[in-house]
Amino acid sequence: MSEHDNDHDHEPLPDEYVDEDAEHLAFEEEEERALVAETSEGAQELMPRGTTSAGELRQEVGAVLRLPEGGFVNPGDIDIERHDDQTMIINMGPQHPSTHGVLRLMLELDGETVLRTKPIIGYLHTGMEKQGEELTYVQGTTNVTRMDYLSPLHNELVFSLATEALLDVELPPRAVWIRMLMAELNRVSSHLMWMATNGMDLGSTSMMIYGFREREMVLAFFEKTTGLRMNNNYIRPGGVAADLPDGWQDDMGILCDTILARSYEYDELLTGQPIFRERTEAVGNISAEEALALSVTGPILRSTGVPWDLRRTMPYLAYDKLDFDVIVGSYGDNFDRYSVRLNEIRESIKMIRQITEMMPPGDYRVQDRKVTPPPRARIDESMEALIHHFKIFTEGFRVPEGEVYVAIESPRGELGCYMVSDGTSKPYRMHIRGPSFVNLQALPLLLRGGLMADAVAVISSVDPVMGEVDR
Amino acid sequence: MSATTAAASPAGILPEVPRLPDRLVDQLAFPARDTYKQMVAAFKDAGFEMCADLCAVDYLTHPGRSLPDGVAPERFEVVVNLLSLSTRQRVRIRVQVPESDPSVDSVTDIYPGVDAMEREAYDMLGIVFADHPDMTRILMPEEWEGHPLRKDYGVGRVPVQFKEAPGPR
Repeated sequence: MSEHDNDHDHEPLPDEYVDEDAEHLAFEEEEERALVAETSEGAQELMPRGTTSAGELRQEVGAVLRLPEGGFVNPGDIDIERHDDQTMIINMGPQHPSTHGVLRLMLELDGETVLRTKPIIGYLHTGMEKQGEELTYVQGTTNVTRMDYLSPLHNELVFSLATEALLDVELPPRAVWIRMLMAELNRVSSHLMWMATNGMDLGSTSMMIYGFREREMVLAFFEKTTGLRMNNNYIRPGGVAADLPDGWQDDMGILCDTILARSYEYDELLTGQPIFRERTEAVGNISAEEALALSVTGPILRSTGVPWDLRRTMPYLAYDKLDFDVIVGSYGDNFDRYSVRLNEIRESIKMIRQITEMMPPGDYRVQDRKVTPPPRARIDESMEALIHHFKIFTEGFRVPEGEVYVAIESPRGELGCYMVSDGTSKPYRMHIRGPSFVNLQALPLLLRGGLMADAVAVISSVDPVMGEVDR
Repeated sequence: MSATTAAASPAGILPEVPRLPDRLVDQLAFPARDTYKQMVAAFKDAGFEMCADLCAVDYLTHPGRSLPDGVAPERFEVVVNLLSLSTRQRVRIRVQVPESDPSVDSVTDIYPGVDAMEREAYDMLGIVFADHPDMTRILMPEEWEGHPLRKDYGVGRVPVQFKEAPGPR
């Protein structure tokens, strides 16, 4: 076969064949152009160096730091000796299984080395901020809980805190402590999920199974308390939806003991394992200055040694009454981010134990008739209670005019909510500052100069949740 | 301008900037469009290491909001939340942006981390950030028409997103 082909190559082709070939080529080119036009995202994509502006190029190589005053460098000098024909731009995602959802990356490679990266997002954009303007404050939590689907309770919490700040209501202590308990449990489940997928990305399928197994314990408790495993709609403006179930202290005891004991099994499985350390140590480094400049928060910022945890530094709920440590790393590499998250699971368990002991009695939601619907039993005996209940769930309650920005520490970093109220029962503007959305900006920096094979591990260590990135 | 004021307050940084008392935030400043970037730079020098958030609001149907004297309300507002890790403070800067010329200086060269947030504000509300290195849409497709979070955006204008699907049902 090949011999025959070779023979053919040496013979000069008759004219009519050449013409057909050219026609065929033109047709193929036309087809390719049509395909490109159909799938192209235009300027959002990573373009060849020749057509990229200097500032954009600087971002794509992750050069984020401002030069000292008066300093001058031509951004075009960065890798200017590399020509386009030596490098290759490849596309990764949005359907790639290791991109944690629908993240799409365009990478410029020189052999195995990553030179430039551009995350292209929006494939899961569902207009939740717009939808938030159409829903009342009562309905709003069902909307925001679907943003970061791995830590739904944190989304509900930040939405509720913003609403309550505008309403100026003070919660009963039990509601605050229940919220804190659920938020910490959610942090454990989210970090366990991260441990599982990170293990999977590095080839440790056992970690995948173990992480999901332990997470299931937390989700089972969520189901018992809220009725749902995910997207709970449990934390609502004015308190929480229901009291904790009977015997919850026993559940907490079992859950804490089991997960804590098993977290030491992960040490044996991963922390001390030479292959795991080789793959994670000194991979995807970021310095504290770079992390701050890029507005990176959460475990990535703490892995660089900055002890910034909103639970400690700007306490909300009752975190100032708990005794816990802020975990920091020192090198800002993949391994530090792993260790920070693993130890945060242990800290959260420490907090859950304290909350279990210190849980105050009392109401689980504020007894403010404006915000709180009447209890179910009252509806059967009182017409006024029925009307009141109906009013709150159809019209909602009015929130005074004003603007507020509330931030909490979600498992991924600073989760903020900027809410504008025009005095009606629907938010005028509800902006969510998603930590994954902002943290993704660190990817070009983390990936630069690294190997393509490590890219998957680095993406995983950023822990992006696409539901929150795209909202 | 003395940018190295020890006490990081808007009064110390730009004395002429109007302010409002607010129980929910440490400081709230309303610079004009042409002093906005200068003010952000001054805050950065005064120890606000991080830009926590940047977003925009369309006040088309809610014009009567409370603003300090001397600030004329415009249709759009760009809201920047800066964070000081060393002094544990937040400051919020609100810039009025007129409908006729919805543009404001980009602060990407002061805080590189606002890159994605400014792109989002452009995508969702159509506010152009001058000198932004890559002013393209970030969440919506490149050929999308309109800016979804504007209050006059036609919701339901597009019957179905898939090109091959039959027309309006």
